[in-house]
Parts: sequence; structure tokens; C-alpha cells
Amino acid sequence: MIRLAAVLCGALFGLGLVVSDMANPARVLAFLDVAGRWDPSLALVMGGALIPSAIAYRWVRARNAPVLAAALHIPNQRQIDRNLVIGAAVFGVGWGLAGVCPGPAIALLPTGQPFALVFAAAMVVGMLLHWLLHRPRSTENSP
Amino acid sequence: MTLPSLAWYWPVIGGLMIGTAAGGFLVLTGRIAGVSGLLDNTLGLSSAGDRSLSALFLAALLVASGLALAVKPISLPSLSISATPLLVLAGLLVGFGTRLGSGCTSGHGVCGLARLSPRSMVATGVFMLMGMAAVAVVRMMIGGGT
Repeated sequence: MIRLAAVLCGALFGLGLVVSDMANPARVLAFLDVAGRWDPSLALVMGGALIPSAIAYRWVRARNAPVLAAALHIPNQRQIDRNLVIGAAVFGVGWGLAGVCPGPAIALLPTGQPFALVFAAAMVVGMLLHWLLHRPRSTENSP
Repeated sequence: MTLPSLAWYWPVIGGLMIGTAAGGFLVLTGRIAGVSGLLDNTLGLSSAGDRSLSALFLAALLVASGLALAVKPISLPSLSISATPLLVLAGLLVGFGTRLGSGCTSGHGVCGLARLSPRSMVATGVFMLMGMAAVAVVRMMIGGGT
């Protein structure tokens, strides 16, 4: 049952990326290009996404447990540390260079186009590099 | 780069779908639907949670987007030899940065903001601003018009 839930949620997420056009690097870059012809689409996507996810969070917090699993796995780290800020900055630069973040990177793989394959491969290598450098204490891995 | 205009409701509908997927994943499995974290977990680079669930989520994401892209194709930039190093650099930065910063657009931007997490608010602000800065720098160097 929990596996079916993961499949359904993943599929809906993938559909949403295409329907919203956030899988389109040009659309993302148009949002980030505040000095050019600014395209507000990404803000609308985030606004739309925040409504159901905020309701879901409040609901699951009130229940105090998820429906199909024993416990919630929500990050409890509160501290705004150097890794968070530097990591977000590094990610932001890469995001602005290509217009692709991890969700769309996976969503674009089925196109089989060199752009998508090269980006995804480099992204995985980037994750491996982080793993190699931070192996001793890589326990915090969710936002 | 010509980008067709997009009616406002598509991003809203797509966003609602993404948020429902992320919220549903949290309510049903108790886990955060942050793609970079799920990928990290799927690759065996982190031990956070059930690896098979992460893999299933991402596999379903890939298949569903593949089907959707068959109906509504996206034109990606063609990859010239000269553009490849920049794309590789971008991918490396996204992969490394999302792990160092513990999240990406989905984990911090959608799930984290929905939880009103201060860490995610800071991260989202930082990656948005740096993304805008990167685009501005590229624009200046290429000198392209609007």
C-alpha cells in the first residue's frame, strides 16, 4: 500500500512538472531573468503547490503520524548554518546557468536528448562529490 | 530563445498537482518529497528512510513525465560542443549544492515553505537570488537582448 502511494505521488509530481511547464528550462530561466521579459509562472507554481502541501502538513501534524507508516520523518534541524546557505547559493548558481533543478532533471530524462542526459549525469556526479567529501557525518540529508 | 506564452492557469494547476503529490507523500508515508533528497537516498548516498520508496517515487515521476512529454513535448536547447562545459558545471553545482544545502526547489521551496521552516525560507531566498544573479551574469556576458 505504501509503495502504491509512493508511485501515485511520484507520478502526480511528474505530471505536475510538465503541466506547469516547470520541466521546461526556458520557462524557469524566464522567471529568473528579472531584468528581461519576466515570466511569473514559477511563482504561480510555487503558490499553487504550497496550498495543498501546507494543508497536508497541518493535517499530518494534527494526526501525529502518517497514514501508512509508523512515524513522521520530518527534519527537526532548526539552525541556519553555513552549509545551508552555501549549499543553497551553489545550487542557485547552477539552477540559473541551466534552468534545471533536480525534479525537472529527472522529468526530462525520457526525452533522451543530450541536454537532459548530460545535465542529469553531471548532477549525480555533483551528489557523489558531496558524498565523498562529507561521508563521515552525512546524516542530515533532508531539508 | 522564443518562449511561447503560457495561460496563467497551467502553472497554477501544475503547482496544485505538485503540491498535492508532495502533501500526499507526506500524509501517507510521513516523508518529505524533496527530489534531491529522494535521489540521494535512491543512489544509496544517504540512509534517510526506505530506499525503495524513494526509488519508486522517482521512477513513477520519470515514467509519468515521459508520458506527459509525449503529449506535450518541450523543446530543449540543442547541445553544442561549446555549451557543454557550462551545462556540466551547472549540473555539478546543482547536485553538490542541493546536498550541501539539504534540499532543492521541492524539498525547501515546496515542502519546507509549507512547514514554515526557517531553514527552508532562507534556502529558498538564497537559491532564488543566486539563480537570478546567475541569469543576469550570463545575460551580460552573452549580451543578448530581451
